[in-house]
Amino acid sequence: MSAAGRGVVVTGMGATTPLGGDVQATWDGLLAGASGTRPIEDDWPSRFELPVDYASQLAVEPSEILKRVEMRRLDRSEQVAIVAARQAWEHADLGDYPATEDGTPKVDGLRLAVVIGTGIGGATTLLNQDDLLEQQGLRKVAVLTIPMLMPNGPAAHVGLEFGAAAGIHAPVSACASGAEAIAWGWRMLQADEVDVVVAGGAEACIAPITLAGFCQARTMATGWEDPTLASRPFDAKRNGFVLGEGSGIVVMEREEFAKARGATVHGRIAGIGTSADAYHITAPDPEGVGQSRAIASALRTAGLEPSDVGHVNCHATSTPVGDVAETVAVRKAVGDHPVLTAPKGSLGHLLGAAGAVEAIATILAVREGLVPPTANLTDLDSDVELDVVGGEARKVTLDAAINDSFGFGGHNVALAVTPA
Amino acid sequence: MATKEEILPDLASIVEEVAGVDASEVTPEKSFVDDLDIDSLSMVEIAVQAEDKFGVKIPDDELAKLSTVSDAVDYISSHS
Repeated sequence: MSAAGRGVVVTGMGATTPLGGDVQATWDGLLAGASGTRPIEDDWPSRFELPVDYASQLAVEPSEILKRVEMRRLDRSEQVAIVAARQAWEHADLGDYPATEDGTPKVDGLRLAVVIGTGIGGATTLLNQDDLLEQQGLRKVAVLTIPMLMPNGPAAHVGLEFGAAAGIHAPVSACASGAEAIAWGWRMLQADEVDVVVAGGAEACIAPITLAGFCQARTMATGWEDPTLASRPFDAKRNGFVLGEGSGIVVMEREEFAKARGATVHGRIAGIGTSADAYHITAPDPEGVGQSRAIASALRTAGLEPSDVGHVNCHATSTPVGDVAETVAVRKAVGDHPVLTAPKGSLGHLLGAAGAVEAIATILAVREGLVPPTANLTDLDSDVELDVVGGEARKVTLDAAINDSFGFGGHNVALAVTPA
Repeated sequence: MATKEEILPDLASIVEEVAGVDASEVTPEKSFVDDLDIDSLSMVEIAVQAEDKFGVKIPDDELAKLSTVSDAVDYISSHS
């Protein structure tokens, strides 16, 4: 039971990531310390002389799952959201949708919300349609251009599919968007506005201009001949992140509602914390003040003590400054004792989807008592004075874990996860 | 000028491409909105593709009058 008095339970999870087309394949990849980073099979990295010619690309293309008409009408960021959301809905066993006469879905649309964030939105649609306008004129511009490029598109399409009439929201806070969506949904459940929330993040923007922009911001891992070695959080040789794509979606419910319908509970979002650095547009505060406030707030809303937290699933993107700043924040808010991991070594950086996919990894770590290793961690940075799992997954019994997510703009989100 | 028999299968495949309705469902008596569940944005897409395919102009006010598949086939046949 959380400090605020209402339990929020997780009853469904779905994902499509560079490690696999579903939650199980993604979790298996994390436990194995596998890498989802692959060369970009296109000529544009060399054509534009980009210092990066790899990315963490989807393991399973949406076109293998969705109908042709769905592929035409949805931006890639919307496609991945639909794929992951359908998995989560089915996992939660909420029944057929939209409403049918046999009493499914098992939630009233007026008590159902969807909250799905994205960092970038339908950037590739915007670029493609602008090319068409410039080269072939107005008549060739797709009728659905605007709903495909709008950043609330993933949330809107998923909400429409399930009939979420209580609200559809799309927080945009860069790389914290997916976690902020879960925090937003948690608040709606706490306020008893809804019984069920489908929440998470979606991102698909591997394109010349996004890669070029991140390269110019000097945030990308460069110079790696073997792409699978490029993302290496907390390792002494790390030099930036690897751009990724995918989606993670959870189904959260009010505990009483889930119990009454006999749903299987996989874990709890016991508390949430959000804060802002108010420090710099891209760099994190090296003292970790804002980040530690978010973690402390997640513990407070969960009614947990720092000593309860056995594990932190870190945001650590593999940048030299960011990873160390996060460990400062963890020491401040939690202490020296938790076991850390950084899933971006395997996943790459899924931007607006990262927080949601990694929240799922945190829920599974607590449920299974197993912390996945940080891929490519061979030589721990000497400034990191905490216990980071490298090499092989570690068995740990967990009463509580924290999942961190931070975004350009100084957005900080922490989720407190406890067992079912 | 294309005959109505020639237009129907091509129009049906455009409807399938745009709206995901099976081409065999696209028969003359069907209403786009009531029977085939096609929304107004999809109708605009169908019109744009039909204009390219059949070399006709379908202004928005004419498009609004095309309620059944046979309305569309008749319009295309008399304007192409």
